[in-house]
Amino acid sequence: MDEIDRKIINQLQRGFPICPRPYEEAAKPLGITEAELIQRIESLLENKTLTRFGPMYQIEKAGGAFTLAAMSIPEDEFDKVAEQVNQFPEIAHNYERDHKLNMWFVLGTENPNEITSTIQRIEETTGYKVYNMPKLEEFYVGLYFPV
Amino acid sequence: MNTSPTAQTHSTFQPSELDRKLIVATQEGLPLTPRPYLEIAEQLGVTEDEIITRMQRMQDMGVIRRIAVVPDHYKLGYTLNGMTVWDVPDDMINTLGRKLGSLDFVSHCYHRPRHLPDWPHNLFAMVHGRTQAEVDEHIQSIVELLDENNRGHDVLFSKRILKKTGLRIKK
Repeated sequence: MDEIDRKIINQLQRGFPICPRPYEEAAKPLGITEAELIQRIESLLENKTLTRFGPMYQIEKAGGAFTLAAMSIPEDEFDKVAEQVNQFPEIAHNYERDHKLNMWFVLGTENPNEITSTIQRIEETTGYKVYNMPKLEEFYVGLYFPV
Repeated sequence: MNTSPTAQTHSTFQPSELDRKLIVATQEGLPLTPRPYLEIAEQLGVTEDEIITRMQRMQDMGVIRRIAVVPDHYKLGYTLNGMTVWDVPDDMINTLGRKLGSLDFVSHCYHRPRHLPDWPHNLFAMVHGRTQAEVDEHIQSIVELLDENNRGHDVLFSKRILKKTGLRIKK
């Protein structure tokens, strides 16, 4: 990754234009051509420096729902329960964390009512309580990593 | 005890059939061609203008947070992320949440419900750093910033990714 790649990652984390020639417009402040910008984004995706390039959809604003939920699972049951939980297609991410509440996952559904019913089914399947922690307010989501 | 989610903004945006198709066509990425919106338009059988207008409207409504690159933060050297959780007075949460959210090392900041007695924390902030010392320093800055409004906090480091597929709406 050279200086231009760094500049591309920094600039394009902030946003990308919606116009007929967006790459041309985004390339100008970088001092490179439209073709070079496209080629570099392609390489950064190929070598997995970037995991994605495109619109970040916030499905809640279009009628869907997300929630963060946590569980406290005894160590000797952990892998079995992780497998049970991950089988639900509504689980988008799941992390083991260093805490008494040691399993943290994000549930996403196109219809908000499915959140409650999915949580119920997870509790029935695993036999453990699910702590539902939906966001009540969002103060900032930047996800900006200067490089 | 917990505040109701009245501050949550409920958008009136109802995606049309075309909006939904547009989401499905772009949720895995934008085409890497000089006229990406034209390419999507051709796929969906509408004009480029129509796609640009709809994308812009979804962005204005917040359905599209932004169009952007997502770096793999591990590859960029940000190998440590700590989910910091704080117990702050409910009547201060807006002021404090905005303060935490404006820190450049905080990538997400949310007000979430408590689950007493097991879980007293109502403010979540994801803190990133390249080293443990850097993350510790960031946490210390938050401690100082919250001062007497911090009634207790904890930091949860991730040990293992158990699943990471992301959300996909059905095609």
